[in-house]
Amino acid sequence: MAADGDGKVYLRIRNLTKMFGDFAALRDVSLDVYDGEFVCFLGPSGCGKTTLLRAIAGLDIQTSGTVEQDGRDISALPPSERDFGIVFQSYALFPNMTVGKNVSYGLENRKLPRDQIRARVKELLELVGLHDQGDKYPAQLSGGQQQRVALARAMATSPGLLLLDEPLSALDAKVRVHLRGEIKDLQRRVGVTTIMVTHDQEEALTMADRIVVMDQGSIEQVGTPQEIYGEPRTSFVADFIGTMNFVPGEVIADHTVQIGGTTLTCPTDGITPGHAVTVAIRPEDINAQDIDGDDGNLVETEIRHLEFLGSFYRAELGGPAFGGHDINADFSINLVRRKNLDVGSAITVRFPAEFIRLYPRD
Amino acid sequence: MTQAAVQAAAAPRIKPKVSRDDWIMRACMGVIALFLVVAVLLPLYTMLSKSLENRHGDFIGLTNYAEYFSTPALFLSAVNSLQISVIATVIVLVTAFLYAYALTRTCMPLKWLFKLIAAIPLLTPSLLSGISLVYWFGNQGVAKHLLLGESIYGPIGIVIGSAYWVFPHVLMIVITALSITDARLYEAALALRAGRWRTFFTVTLPGCKYGLISAGFVAFTLIFTDFGVPKVIGGNYNVLATDIYKQVIGQQNFQMGAVVSVVLLIPAVLAFAVDRIVQRKQVALLSARAVPYQPQPRTSRDWAAFAFCTVVAAVILLMIGMAQYAALIKFWPYNLTLTLGNYEFDLANGGGWDSYHNSIRMSLYTAVVGTVIIFFGAYLMEKGRGFRAGRNGFHAIAMLPLAVPGMVLGLSYIFFFNNPANPFNFLYGTMAILVIATVAHFYTVSHLTAVTALKQMDAEFESVSASLNTPFYRTFLRVTVPVCVPAILDISMYLFLNAMTTVSAVVFIYSTDTTLASVAVLNMDDQGEIPFAAAMAMMIAYTCAGARILHAILTRGIMRTTQAWRTR
Ligand SMILES: Nc1ncnc2c1ncn2[C@@H]1O[C@H](COP(=O)(O)OP(=O)(O)OP(=O)(O)O)[C@@H](O)[C@H]1O
Ligand SMILES: [Mg+2]
Repeated sequence: MAADGDGKVYLRIRNLTKMFGDFAALRDVSLDVYDGEFVCFLGPSGCGKTTLLRAIAGLDIQTSGTVEQDGRDISALPPSERDFGIVFQSYALFPNMTVGKNVSYGLENRKLPRDQIRARVKELLELVGLHDQGDKYPAQLSGGQQQRVALARAMATSPGLLLLDEPLSALDAKVRVHLRGEIKDLQRRVGVTTIMVTHDQEEALTMADRIVVMDQGSIEQVGTPQEIYGEPRTSFVADFIGTMNFVPGEVIADHTVQIGGTTLTCPTDGITPGHAVTVAIRPEDINAQDIDGDDGNLVETEIRHLEFLGSFYRAELGGPAFGGHDINADFSINLVRRKNLDVGSAITVRFPAEFIRLYPRD
Repeated sequence: MTQAAVQAAAAPRIKPKVSRDDWIMRACMGVIALFLVVAVLLPLYTMLSKSLENRHGDFIGLTNYAEYFSTPALFLSAVNSLQISVIATVIVLVTAFLYAYALTRTCMPLKWLFKLIAAIPLLTPSLLSGISLVYWFGNQGVAKHLLLGESIYGPIGIVIGSAYWVFPHVLMIVITALSITDARLYEAALALRAGRWRTFFTVTLPGCKYGLISAGFVAFTLIFTDFGVPKVIGGNYNVLATDIYKQVIGQQNFQMGAVVSVVLLIPAVLAFAVDRIVQRKQVALLSARAVPYQPQPRTSRDWAAFAFCTVVAAVILLMIGMAQYAALIKFWPYNLTLTLGNYEFDLANGGGWDSYHNSIRMSLYTAVVGTVIIFFGAYLMEKGRGFRAGRNGFHAIAMLPLAVPGMVLGLSYIFFFNNPANPFNFLYGTMAILVIATVAHFYTVSHLTAVTALKQMDAEFESVSASLNTPFYRTFLRVTVPVCVPAILDISMYLFLNAMTTVSAVVFIYSTDTTLASVAVLNMDDQGEIPFAAAMAMMIAYTCAGARILHAILTRGIMRTTQAWRTR
């Protein structure tokens, strides 16, 4: 798969900076997107996702930096001279044209024979599952259907690059989950290189081949969903994606970190002893089952709160071990039942060394 | 500067390539901007420089102004104009506010009828109210005794006549201001147990404050610069607008005409500037989440509103009714036999049926040409890519005509176009110059209507179109225009009505081949052929009413045929 990095680079972004007056919406962004891959830009509101997407499209050209598409330098080109299809959050469907006309809009300009256009429109509508809706107007369709029309229109001219700016955010939750799969499936079938902007991490994790996590105009981390989730490189990424416990600590020796009165073994990644760090671990990685006495990283704690979350319990663990900090851990329903856990129960948990991550503090 | 800013300054800046579409759009916008420069800016500039010259064209500095301000008769007109405008503005503002309040905040019956009647003054030249007043309160007027010996010829007449024709303009603004108030504020007031009057003064009035201020400025400017009413009913009471006319047409003193024009221009520009500033504030107050207010029935208030509106509507009907009556009788007040003889305009001296036909032609040209230019210009400005400075500049020029009184524009056309050295001199005395003047004069309101409609469209249509490699004009014709048809119809209607009824912008530049109905009304009245004048004014009214009905039918038809895709 392209995501491993051995594919051909389709889009090469170098040192992109976008200024709005004195405000830098993008700072020195560099990124490679491989041929045929599905990349998500993920980040909190205002981090510059849309700005980056619009720079790639040429709709709001960057202040400095270059964009290369398929080996061609497109940095300064207007959108009409670039090769992309785009779907906006609002869909921007032409309200006065039928679904069929919307989809064929880009084709009509290419002086194709009429039946060829008709055949292509039919093909596209079938692709997005709207073959019998061609004569309706956008206003007569549901949000999800409109979204698919916008997708079909963007793909009609077979662009080399598909850009999606929060294409699902205007839809209700059910439809959104359903369309996620559909879009991903469609993209895989057509094989078009796709960039999607989203601030919904679940969307990014389920759809993307690679995720680009952004914050305040810069890229924080680029990686597969597994990498981003499992090995967040910065505390921002760790915090932004999934749930993460953060506890202040200190590296006291190679492979050893201290939190409050507890010492834990974990990879220290070359952080020198004496350095203050933030120790991070996900609630679901804290282990309370089948604990053997001679395992390392065992901590005695007490359950302060127990919250039922449907398929599991989230426990808030406290006690002298964490130096006054609380840590969340996810326990299976089975475990809670078996050990008869409740608020006030004492429990020994294990912090598996491979799941502990350290972020230097300054 | 931030670190990123420093970096960006160091790295080579990307200079966006301007696409073919962008070039075409900018060129088109440039052409329309040039039109505005030639039709507004250059003539105004010529007029300003004329006011600094003597009769022989030598530069004499402010001498003309010194003469103006030291001539009591002339200076007095400025004072008169101010007085009249302030009084009439207050009257019309209060009336329009109460009328609008009744229409939007009460449950009185027959609202649609009151709305319809209130629009009547828009259908006629402002002169008509003068003619009506003469028949009601003039020397041989039917209700002369009501004035208790005062003469209608003078300030009283001007104030009543002005208030009459400005009423619908003000009413529209106030209605809009009252309709945008958020119902949730009233619910809050109710929850806090605020009394009716307290609610009125703490919620209602502040809520439409900006609308009222704006309406006040519009009324003031319209009245201050109006020429028709004081010309017909002013008698010996001089105001600035009539002074310009007298200086230019009567005494052929163009320099002094220019000076008076500048004096007229200044308050108009000031009012315009203040209004702009106020309007900008109002936008910030508007919230998209506002809930429209639904009035609840309350007998005493509803019937009081009904009574008030009936009185106002009656006044309007009596005004237009008297004009119609005047057009139909043989010889006031001695022979009251009904006749259609007054419609035989070819027998009158002010201008025959030709002027009526010219007016129709002129208004149609104005509506068509003006709508195309104005809507396309607004589109280019609103939807263009990059070139921010150019687009902002265009908007500024497009706003300017609103500040220029018709008389001033017309007079500056004489100075500018009647100069043999001017390459546009060939336009002088043609139908084209009348159309240009009228389009320029009414540019701003139409421009704003177009901009509002364009802003309501999805901002990404152009982006989608560019990504599909489709030239902008294709998307303009296939998407923008069809979606904006209602606004386009509104603009052409507005231009048509104003072209039919305007006097001030064209009174200096029509020629014997291009006499107009509205000017004919003026000239007939001038020569004492008042029945003809009334009949001609009524012809204009019928035509405008017809146009409005046609507009309503067209709009409704289009809304019906396109309702499949228009979501309300
Ligand atoms: N035209 C503009 N002028 C000035 N600042 C802008 C402009 N467009 C965007 N910004 C600023 O740039 C930053 C990035 O905006 P951008 O729209 O890219 O955010 P985003 O990541 O897409 O956020 P969201 O999830 O809310 O869509 C924001 O702080 C925004 O205020
Ligand atoms: Mg965005």
